[in-house]
Amino acid sequence: MSTNESYKGYKGAALDTLKQFEALVWSDVVISTEKAEFTGIILPRSEAADPNHVVIKLRTGYNIGIEASKISNINIEGRKEAHYKIPEKAFPVDPKKPRVKLFGTGGTIASRLDYRTGAVIPAFSPGELYGSVPELADFCNLETEKLYGVFSENMGTEQWAGTANAIGAEIERGVKGIVIGHGTDTMHHTAAILSFMVQNSPVPIVMVGSQRSSDRPSSDAALNLMHSVKAAAESDIAEVTVCMFGPTSDSYGLLHQGTRVRKMHSSYRSTFRTIGDFPIAMVDRTKITPLRDDYRKRRTDKNVIINTAFEEKVAIVYYYPNMQPDIIDSLIDNGYKGIVIAGTGLGHVNKPLYPALKRAHEKGIHVYMTVQTLWGYVQMYVYDTGRDMMELGVIPSANMLPEVAYMKLCWALGQSNDPEIVRNIMLTPIANETTEREPSNGYLILQGGIPEVEEFISKYRK
Amino acid sequence: MKDFEFKPFEEMTPEDYATVGFKSGLEVHQQLLTEKKLFCHCPAGQYSDVYHAEILRHMRPTLSELGEYDGTALMEFKTKKDIIYRINRKNVCTYEMDDTPPFLINEQALDIAIEIGMMMDANIVDEMHIARKQYLDGSIPTGFQRTAIVSVGGSLPYKDRTINLIQMSIEEDSCREVSDIGHRRVYLADRLGMPLVETVTAPEMKTPVEVAEVCEIVRRVCRSTSHVRTGMGAGREDVNVSVDGGTRIEIKGVPKIKSIPLLTYNEAMRQWNLLKLREELKNRGITPETFEAKIDDVTRFVNKTHYKPVFDAIAEGKVVKCVTLKGFKDLLKWQTQTDTYFSREISDRVRVIACLTTQPNIIHSDSHEVTLSTSEGQKIRKFVGANTEDTLVIVWGSEMDATTAANEIVIRAKEATVGIPSETRQALWDGTNGFERILPGANRMYPDTDLPPKKITEERLARLTAALPEKYWIRENWYKELNVPVDLIKDLSTSIFGNIFKIAVSEMGISPKLASTVLIQFPKRLKKMRLNVDILTEDIFHNIFSAYKNNKLSKDGILYLLVRICKSGEYKEDYLSPLATEQDLKNKVKEKIFRFENKKLYNDDNKKVLMIGMVMRDLRGRINGKQVAEYINNNIN
Repeated sequence: MSTNESYKGYKGAALDTLKQFEALVWSDVVISTEKAEFTGIILPRSEAADPNHVVIKLRTGYNIGIEASKISNINIEGRKEAHYKIPEKAFPVDPKKPRVKLFGTGGTIASRLDYRTGAVIPAFSPGELYGSVPELADFCNLETEKLYGVFSENMGTEQWAGTANAIGAEIERGVKGIVIGHGTDTMHHTAAILSFMVQNSPVPIVMVGSQRSSDRPSSDAALNLMHSVKAAAESDIAEVTVCMFGPTSDSYGLLHQGTRVRKMHSSYRSTFRTIGDFPIAMVDRTKITPLRDDYRKRRTDKNVIINTAFEEKVAIVYYYPNMQPDIIDSLIDNGYKGIVIAGTGLGHVNKPLYPALKRAHEKGIHVYMTVQTLWGYVQMYVYDTGRDMMELGVIPSANMLPEVAYMKLCWALGQSNDPEIVRNIMLTPIANETTEREPSNGYLILQGGIPEVEEFISKYRK
Repeated sequence: MKDFEFKPFEEMTPEDYATVGFKSGLEVHQQLLTEKKLFCHCPAGQYSDVYHAEILRHMRPTLSELGEYDGTALMEFKTKKDIIYRINRKNVCTYEMDDTPPFLINEQALDIAIEIGMMMDANIVDEMHIARKQYLDGSIPTGFQRTAIVSVGGSLPYKDRTINLIQMSIEEDSCREVSDIGHRRVYLADRLGMPLVETVTAPEMKTPVEVAEVCEIVRRVCRSTSHVRTGMGAGREDVNVSVDGGTRIEIKGVPKIKSIPLLTYNEAMRQWNLLKLREELKNRGITPETFEAKIDDVTRFVNKTHYKPVFDAIAEGKVVKCVTLKGFKDLLKWQTQTDTYFSREISDRVRVIACLTTQPNIIHSDSHEVTLSTSEGQKIRKFVGANTEDTLVIVWGSEMDATTAANEIVIRAKEATVGIPSETRQALWDGTNGFERILPGANRMYPDTDLPPKKITEERLARLTAALPEKYWIRENWYKELNVPVDLIKDLSTSIFGNIFKIAVSEMGISPKLASTVLIQFPKRLKKMRLNVDILTEDIFHNIFSAYKNNKLSKDGILYLLVRICKSGEYKEDYLSPLATEQDLKNKVKEKIFRFENKKLYNDDNKKVLMIGMVMRDLRGRINGKQVAEYINNNIN
């Protein structure tokens, strides 16, 4: 064992002390200081922690840090190394059940704990998954494939294209449903781009994650997995969807259209919401309840279209009052080909930006307007400022969410640089990224405190 | 095994407890007096049964840091409960509901915890690591309690010896249980997240009374910081008990110290009698290896029964299972605790693990109660192939619950051949205890990945040491030397006003009797008058004592002044009227005599008493009653 492994995570004074007494991590020891004796197991130390303390797990299960400079002796009595292992059981195969493929891209959907860094390590093989969520076998015969192991903020072009291609290959192999495990932070970005890269899918493509990692008893991971696997195996919803908790209670999940969904809370379980419309379906362990009927239905053919075109030089600019035009200038000077603006109100920016926008247009940069209010349409005819901007070449993109517009512009510019073609791609809806109408229940942010809302939340578990 | 029979509680002697090898340790929980909760910014100590919303959760076991599942975790998972949290928007935020990560630890709470550790001569840890202690019963929505060791070791003086401490931790309090019926358990979340410390003593108490006395000491040490909460539920304890050859059993959530002796007595008896039961089983040739039991569905033999619980169950489409315990005849009525028998050990498991919460949940052939008819009993006995030496246990419920129950009955009966199963048990009102859950091990401890380790700095320790009150037993001895009234010593020794007492007596020359009366007895009297004594501070008392010292306030005027302060909510210099002079007294008496002229009193002797009262009413706070009485007695006929 290398020194690195023997004294895992330790450095400085603490490392010196451990070396002095030849006390390796996982040693069962009695540590003496001037004042007291501590009996326990030396644990590896987090690499981010300071170099002055030795961590031991006491017999009671608690960990404490002892300052290395106070340690007068370490008596080694044995050794107990931890073996992390999720009980692995062969995933049962039932010929009557549909075949579902679970792709892993990272995130914390099913995981175990890394004692050292505190990070969670994904559990992923069918055996591991069956060991931790045996209920999955009620719905399907599960196959898994780890595509990537990245946090969701590190997803990029390569991962998106790779995932789209992997989906295409699985559909070709005749799978009945696809589930994609994904970190939640950028799940709606990936859901959007997959909605464009994978078209005409004959089977459900369900993205899933968890807001509480599965090393916690209250995790939403197991239930989200069950819901998503059930939706992939049994539903007739052949769309790219996101399947996450409806309320914070362990009750049901919602299937959101991949282009209309957004993460709306930094930590809540029910963080994903359909914006400007309502979800496609509710799903619990026993049933799938469609809320709409205009989704694409499951088919038996394999006629999926995979188009992984992508242009990376696209930016999203979140407008704020007093924004200086050099923000736009720097994008122009850095060779950007497309800009999505999240404007105020109906889609506005201030006048000082106009010359820069004009310059962008002249340089052939494609500029699209969305709204930072998230709900509602861009409407640039109402005020003069809007009309002025359209003259500068800024194109309103209806009620497309800013992140979705960004993803779509990347995809469109990957196919063409011709303004008319790009405009045509951008403004022709593929998967409800723009809709013709916003239903009256498409905008519902219930306001706490109002008597009728309070009555509602006292009756229904949210 | 020693030949000893437990006597009634009152007749047990310390020697009897020594005979059975009684041993007990404590885990004393004490809520800290903070403004806010431990890991979020909700107000602390606001309780209400009113709730605005409910949240539903389930708990799943996870792997421990050492890569193992915990026994309790698996048990709780078997029970498959819907957990409902009732939340009040004023005292619960999204943190408690596990929808927001923890905020950094409440520094005020940590200060108090360190202070308590110091008062117990414990070693404060250099670097605190916050752990997650799993609780799958749902009492905490995350499924774990955030907890961290603050100090290790330490000791407390007790009689002529010391009681050693193992450790003290700071942790967040759990929910209050509202109900637990069938597969649904309901909690109120108001108490959740309140900061508390848990002090763990070594198992060094030798009799039930010692356990209670040591608990009182821990409680008083905490109180002597004057930074802890008091009142219902602010202090609770878990009591660990074992006897020779027994198992360490934890009785959870004992609300009152005075119920400890009877509870620990009953637990010791339970263990002793279970060990004797094992011996009896062995004599009958029943060991873990030879133990035999079987489970049968007997629904069809009892579907016309007159026994209502079973009749109703069948009417609802439930099933009836029979467990045959080979050679167990009469053992279900083997006494375990006072008026409690082995059948309850079984019934408890069925209640908790199979969620069959309606009592009775089992019937058995060792009981003489009228349940199933004789012919029903005979049919079942014949069907399952039992003989007269066997005990039959009948349980009913849904197919799933009845199966879980029957399996659990077999498990518990078999455990009797091994000894005393490791469990946590709940304190019951009658001094006995019931099964709560399988004893969790160290395996349920995980590092909290949401919060970094926290170094406890030398500067912090120095600051807290400087402000540390004296230990209460040292204070007590000093008060005794000073002849402080005996009935005030105990309260004064843990009072928040210990410091001002010291100043009044040592520096201002106030008599210990007066100082202690003013600081301890007067606030109690004011409280009885329904006045808010919380506004009385060290400063106010300092002002009062110095006014008295400087002859600006009479002894009798102190209480009167305190009433004015409590009523107005503040202390004002002009509440102090100048002391009455001899001349003031003379004038006042003259004025009052005038009012008695031309009046005939029924009893003339009362005249002086009435006079004293009238004069005192006018001069209250400015003169001592004794002086008024003397003057009137000497000068009025």
